[in-house]
Amino acid sequence: MRSCSPCAACKLLRRRCAEDCIFAPYFPSQDPHRFAIVHKVFGASNELPVDQRGDAASSMVYEANARVRDPVYGCVGAISYLQNQVSQLQMQLTVAQTELLRIKMQQDSPSPPYLAPTNIFNNIDSQPEYLNFPSSTNVIQDPSLKTESIWT
Amino acid sequence: MNPGRCAACRYLRRRCPPDCIFSPYFPPNDPQRFVSIHRIYGASNVAKLLQQLPSHLRTQAADSLYLEAQYRIEDPVYGCVGLISLLQQQIHEVERQLAMTQAEIAFRARHPQALESNSLNNVGNPSFSNQASSWFM
Repeated sequence: MRSCSPCAACKLLRRRCAEDCIFAPYFPSQDPHRFAIVHKVFGASNELPVDQRGDAASSMVYEANARVRDPVYGCVGAISYLQNQVSQLQMQLTVAQTELLRIKMQQDSPSPPYLAPTNIFNNIDSQPEYLNFPSSTNVIQDPSLKTESIWT
Repeated sequence: MNPGRCAACRYLRRRCPPDCIFSPYFPPNDPQRFVSIHRIYGASNVAKLLQQLPSHLRTQAADSLYLEAQYRIEDPVYGCVGLISLLQQQIHEVERQLAMTQAEIAFRARHPQALESNSLNNVGNPSFSNQASSWFM
């Protein structure tokens, strides 16, 4: 049974909080900031099926927080950063897999003497940089973005 | 200079003033752009967001709002957050594969003799990678 106190949405919207208020399950009165930030960015009237509203509310809170942190790019800035990270990591993986294949072929070969690693790409030294997990990026972002939990 | 009303003022059915906050970013030849944004955010929220920004950043803000609105229209439950979640999963997976590959490289670099004496069929065996990476750790 829901508490008598109006939910955060109805408090902010200054209206009576009905028994079947659509916002009440997702915007409790104890966390006024959660609805305030969603209302600041989104409208208050998007309708969804009941079983999807929890996740929708959480994703809107996440998106609204991202827009408040970065009013110019919002979540799009985060997407751009993550896509860049994926590209860089995939490149590193390709280089590592190529090196591994070269080593395997060399070690599987029955006769020739051990050869020093050859540079496949011009920017790889004899001590491969990728072993140090380079993380350079031109985008200044919160490093926790890679693992930040969306569903709170 | 706009010869007529911007897409926002046309949609809102109002006069488009010379200093309209929307007109530089919602030209009349792309009405869907404003419709998408208004549907998700509401015109007054968008106006407030844009007004809070310096004018040289408003184009990027309008573009990113439009993109987010498109994501939210396509996926009303998760919006662009669904894509963020997917990218995070991709990063974790590629990092895992990279770590395993680097572990195997290190193992092979330090024990080429041991590998030569083992069956060469183990090289392609997935369990070998696990063994190598656990030794390396």
